[in-house]
Amino acid sequence: MHRRFLTFALATLTATALTACTAGTESAPALGSQPKPSGSASAALPASTIELWHGFSAPAEVKAFEDAIAGFRTKFPQITVKLVKGVQDDQITQAVRGGKAPDVASSFTTDNVAQWCRSGTFQDLTPVIKQDGIDLSVLPEVSRSYTEYDGRRCVMPLLADAYGLYYNKALMKGSEPPKTLSELTELTKKLTVRDADGTIKVAGFMPSFQYYENSASHLAPMVGATWYKPDGTSAVGSDPAWKELLRWQKELVDWYGYDKLEKFRKSLGQEWSADHPFYKGKIAMVLDGEWRNAMIANEAKDIDYGTAPLPVSDTKPDLYGSGFTAGTVIGVPKGAKNPQAAWELVKYLTTDTSALVTLSNALRNVPTTKASLESPDLVKDANFQTFLDIFAHPKTSTVPANVNSTFNQDSLQEFLVKWENGSATDLDAGLAAVDKRLDDKMKLSGG
Amino acid sequence: MSIVHAAPPRRWRGEGLKALLWMSPWLVGFAVFFAYPLAATVYFSFHRYDLFTLEFVGLDNYRYLLVDDRAWAAIRNTLWLVVLMVPAQVLFGLGVAWLLTRLKSGAGLFRTVFYLPSLIPVVAGTVSFVFLLNPSGPLNQFIELFGIAAPDWFGDKDWSKPGLTMLAMWGIGNTMMIFLAALLDVPKHLYEAAAIDGAGAWRQFRSITLPTISPVLMFSTVTGVIYALQYFTQAMIASRVAAGVTDSPGSTFVPGYPELSTLTLAQWLFHVGFRDFSMGYACVLALLLFAFSTVFTLILLRRFRAFDEGGDR
Repeated sequence: MHRRFLTFALATLTATALTACTAGTESAPALGSQPKPSGSASAALPASTIELWHGFSAPAEVKAFEDAIAGFRTKFPQITVKLVKGVQDDQITQAVRGGKAPDVASSFTTDNVAQWCRSGTFQDLTPVIKQDGIDLSVLPEVSRSYTEYDGRRCVMPLLADAYGLYYNKALMKGSEPPKTLSELTELTKKLTVRDADGTIKVAGFMPSFQYYENSASHLAPMVGATWYKPDGTSAVGSDPAWKELLRWQKELVDWYGYDKLEKFRKSLGQEWSADHPFYKGKIAMVLDGEWRNAMIANEAKDIDYGTAPLPVSDTKPDLYGSGFTAGTVIGVPKGAKNPQAAWELVKYLTTDTSALVTLSNALRNVPTTKASLESPDLVKDANFQTFLDIFAHPKTSTVPANVNSTFNQDSLQEFLVKWENGSATDLDAGLAAVDKRLDDKMKLSGG
Repeated sequence: MSIVHAAPPRRWRGEGLKALLWMSPWLVGFAVFFAYPLAATVYFSFHRYDLFTLEFVGLDNYRYLLVDDRAWAAIRNTLWLVVLMVPAQVLFGLGVAWLLTRLKSGAGLFRTVFYLPSLIPVVAGTVSFVFLLNPSGPLNQFIELFGIAAPDWFGDKDWSKPGLTMLAMWGIGNTMMIFLAALLDVPKHLYEAAAIDGAGAWRQFRSITLPTISPVLMFSTVTGVIYALQYFTQAMIASRVAAGVTDSPGSTFVPGYPELSTLTLAQWLFHVGFRDFSMGYACVLALLLFAFSTVFTLILLRRFRAFDEGGDR
């Protein structure tokens, strides 16, 4: 009896454990597995209600999304679109895993695209893109690159972010924005104001990798640093561009004095508040995304500022004008109940010029198709145009899609903090250790 | 010669079934909430599992543990918290409770003052505490009044764990109340008898108070150790606030700021499983945490049993 009970219990446990290995079941056929309805697409699709999860949460952002979808509702009156705001990537993954996926989901970051594509969390859009004859060359190459992985295009770019230099004209005292790293160093030293004891009152530029948007991924395009070798292993230790960036940065940190710089950094206001140090005239030049233009318009109307591409390596002047880009992505998760209607919505939001321009004008993000970038309806001014130009630059780059994208970036970041605070002094050994960590993790992930 | 086992008498079998029936709620709970999760964790630890696809990889996840320097940093930090933070918290809670039993007046006010921090939600309390210990915050300004250079509590890797320990001590309200109840429960006549025999305050505390409250002491220590092994929220919030990071696309945050000094095993397990999608490896870390919890609990139970037996003598 005792033995029989144990055998039964063990068998039950094993069976349950094994069945737990499969993800949530799909409730509808996968995209492209059925022939496209004949006749006019808008009339042929059956009436349905689809749910779209997105990460926007501010009232203006939510309204912008509603406005962008108004055109879809006119085109497909039989399809009801329900918007769910403020959704993060973790929630999307868990919902798909639990078999309660939305029909459409979007993410602010491109860091999870590779993982989502490989695991099938988002459906491969290739069959329906082919079915609908969509020409992907309408998207800039860099946007195509961050929305696919290993031959699977599981999301489409919705809006993009581009990163450049903001400068406070009053603090610049007539100086032109720097074009090279040495000019940036020189100008930083000239514009920095200190008290008698060395305490920083106004910083020319914050070189700390710990300051707001100064992540390795955003700064890498300044020197053309690459993340991976062609074989997919880490290039962080072997690409001399990283060393150039880190040596330049360390020289500037040491000029400030790490302790002084940290004290100043920790005294600054929140990045997403009206207390941003750039608004308050505490920093003359900052690296930031195009969306800062919209925030300045709302929170610091009086500031007289300009924008420019980020300065680049003195030895690579051809990089000037380029920068970092990434953006919002959108796709159809596995298990979507109405995949065909969901795809029509994704297609509309990512390829319809009017929808993209509406969103871009409201959110002040970069639209992602060539037609929307050239649309006369796109509201532009000189400061926003800088970022449109950076986005369109052929050398503008992104962090290539990788299943360990977040891990790889924060592993490098961990070393960068040690480097700038002086606890790591051997640059070659430090970057080689990062290489090893990235490659070990890649093996663990089956890369 | 073959041995023939006699079948158990029918009455025994009936009683066995009855016993199983009565035990079934517990058995179901045990199977669903302990045995199954444990078996599944062991099973997944031999697989590459990203929440969707599963691939058998043998001991690869276990081998990766050997080269994962963040996991080792997390283990060291967690052990530091178990060995130093838990005793500090228990001793502080006991000390405050003991002092409160000695107060002639204002005991109610002081009980309220010491209990209040434990009523504050963990996240809000941690954020407030980090600001309190900010390099230019009130505590550091007070320290600097005496001409002492105050540390950057949550920005310096040598001070971040002591900072977390202070945070834990600040929130000892619940522990203190349990100790207070236990201390007030010690029979007064034992102290009177000991005083007549000439026992001093320390002797009374060691020979009467400690043995009497040892079950409460054991409870606080064991739960404190298990809590420290699963320490997550305060370390995560403190490091994020101290680092001044924000969640924005392309921005990165390494848990454990500064320099992994506040990274705990529970945080790393979560990060590996739900941020990096390496659920198989996260299962290895979970098993390690389970092993630590078991070992510590067994050691503590043995120590307290020995203490109790010694007290009885």
